[in-house]
Amino acid sequence: MAKELLKGNVAIAEAALRAGLEAYFGYPITPQTELLEHLSKRMIQLNRVFLQAESEVASINMVYGAASAGVRTMTSSSSPGISLMQEGFSYIAASDVPCVVVDIMRGGPGLGNIQPSQGDYFQVTRSAGHGDYHPIVLAPASVQEAIDFTVLAFDLADKYRHLVMIAADGQIGQMMEPAELPPMRPIRTERPEWALTGAKGREKNIVTSLFMQPEEEEAFNQKIQARLKIIRKNEQRWYEYLTEDADLLVIGFGTAGRIAYSAVEAAREKGLKVGLLRPQTLWPFPEDRLSELADRIRGCLVVEMNAGQMIDDVRLAISGQVPVNFYGRMGGMIPMPDDILTAIEETLTRLYSAAGLPI
Amino acid sequence: MAKGTIVINQDRCKGCGLCPTVCPQNVIFMADDVLNAKGYHPATLVDPDEQCTGCAICAVICPDVCITVYRETPAKKHAPALA
Amino acid sequence: MLATLNAPISENSLQVVYEYPESLSPVVTHYCPGCTHGIAHRLLAEALDELGLREKTILVAPVGCSVFAYQYFETDGCEAAHGRAPAMATGLKRVQPDKTVVTYQGDGDLVSIGAAEILHAAARGENITTIFINNAIYGMTGGQMAPTTLPGQKTTSSPFGRNTTMTGNPIRMSELLANMDGSAYIVRRSLHDVKNIRKAKKAIITALKVQMAGLGFSMVELLSSCPTNWSIQPEKALEWIEDNMVPYFPLGDYKVRDEVNGL
Repeated sequence: MAKELLKGNVAIAEAALRAGLEAYFGYPITPQTELLEHLSKRMIQLNRVFLQAESEVASINMVYGAASAGVRTMTSSSSPGISLMQEGFSYIAASDVPCVVVDIMRGGPGLGNIQPSQGDYFQVTRSAGHGDYHPIVLAPASVQEAIDFTVLAFDLADKYRHLVMIAADGQIGQMMEPAELPPMRPIRTERPEWALTGAKGREKNIVTSLFMQPEEEEAFNQKIQARLKIIRKNEQRWYEYLTEDADLLVIGFGTAGRIAYSAVEAAREKGLKVGLLRPQTLWPFPEDRLSELADRIRGCLVVEMNAGQMIDDVRLAISGQVPVNFYGRMGGMIPMPDDILTAIEETLTRLYSAAGLPI
Repeated sequence: MAKGTIVINQDRCKGCGLCPTVCPQNVIFMADDVLNAKGYHPATLVDPDEQCTGCAICAVICPDVCITVYRETPAKKHAPALA
Repeated sequence: MLATLNAPISENSLQVVYEYPESLSPVVTHYCPGCTHGIAHRLLAEALDELGLREKTILVAPVGCSVFAYQYFETDGCEAAHGRAPAMATGLKRVQPDKTVVTYQGDGDLVSIGAAEILHAAARGENITTIFINNAIYGMTGGQMAPTTLPGQKTTSSPFGRNTTMTGNPIRMSELLANMDGSAYIVRRSLHDVKNIRKAKKAIITALKVQMAGLGFSMVELLSSCPTNWSIQPEKALEWIEDNMVPYFPLGDYKVRDEVNGL
């Protein structure tokens, strides 16, 4: 397949189709709506299920229904809509049904604005809904990654019977850049044996998140935690650049990570020993690699488009080995490479002087 | 009049007292001298003169599907509309 | 045979004329003594048996006293979030239109938190069937006022009797949904006596036939009792329905599309 000029939202929608999406339910909200619009045409053309629901609350529960029937299903929204869907995520997480959700994050809190933002990091990695669980969260930084992570999301959802979220932001959703779409994958014909397809020739299947007996509920929670442990071990993903001799490690995901890449290049041109770690999975966070790198670096600079949220995971992974500094913009402001470069230089100055080294 | 009888699954009965109120033949009573596993006084058939016609009205009102109804004349199996 | 024989059977052969429906699971329900949920469950199970639908039915039970309904039916089942059963049912139905999808909802679930979902399911003419149990109260949570609680009716959250200037008037959902073009069959029945229970069963059968024929949204509203939270013993509770609820929620057919009569 050749590269095409694709808009992020459209690319994600088309990638989902090609990954075998059978049913989509969603609701309009900027900056995500082109994703829904693209599917409103293509899903009908391909004789698959598309429905614009009356609200995000209805959308996620329609997705829960379709997922319980064992089909590949998805919804997409943006920050305020994702907040409305949280109860649904929790039900889905508590019923072992695979499901994919795309979150094109926007300025917040409240109605906020439609600019790109990363202010929902905690929401998607920590509190995607009530109860003890984490969705798997993939964070693309380009239209190509948005495509690849969409296909990956469906496969991970089925592999673990888990909720998988794609956490992009308004910029990734709205921008266009050349990218390559995967070939069309055939839709699956059989349904999983646990699916609600009618108790014909078998015992009845039940999909529920209700466990009245505490012993049962604890056992069920332990099962979820065991699965999360496996995911945490197997599914950590990141992108690394020039970290071999780096004194300072810049850490940023999605758009912030992409802009930090340019700042790292500019710093290297000035002879500064700087590298980049860009988490591609926000959950499981690439803690193993980061703690390895922590042995070699003098400090790190976390760059985010929020008040500092991923920085908590960085601190947990580094656990005090080296200082953790922060540079962030909020409200939908996008950090410029020069601003990050300045922060890099300031941080290095502090680190070297602290170590008694010439600057 | 057709002859019939009923069998009350006394373990399921919650002693709600509805079936005696509708039995046209007044042959169903709450057994005050019996307690079932859940501690309810179950309904019971007291029909020494075989007045029960198998009309199944009791089964229609029963909220806990405790009553199976029999009738002498061969009826289409399981046709509550008949009752 | 579940029943334990405790009465002598006369010599000549006796036919079973009324027995435990196949679509109902052989378990004792958690419902309170005299609660008409039990009757509604049996009617739905009998309807599924008679239409041969058990093996292709999926029951959607949202939060409420009937949240465990999926334990009581020998069909596939799921538990939906409070008020969201019509949405979950839409998802289940759209991806497998040949299956029969039934939501079984209480008045708190359907009329209060789930009002938008049921309204839009009807507006879309969603090919699902809703069994709507209206007992004018929130049962599971212990007897609070619901949107269908009658004016002046005392509940744990309207201790002085429902004050309509403060909380508005009960909502007649069947009349409301009957106005949706997508509604094919919307009727209100009651479970307060044997005659009405039989009518309710016929309505449930018709509603399922409407779904089977793909004619659009079908709903059977069933006036029901809640002896425990009304603090009225079962027999009197049924009378309370007739004396108080029926006048406010008139029984009858509110939408019967022409094609339904041919079923």
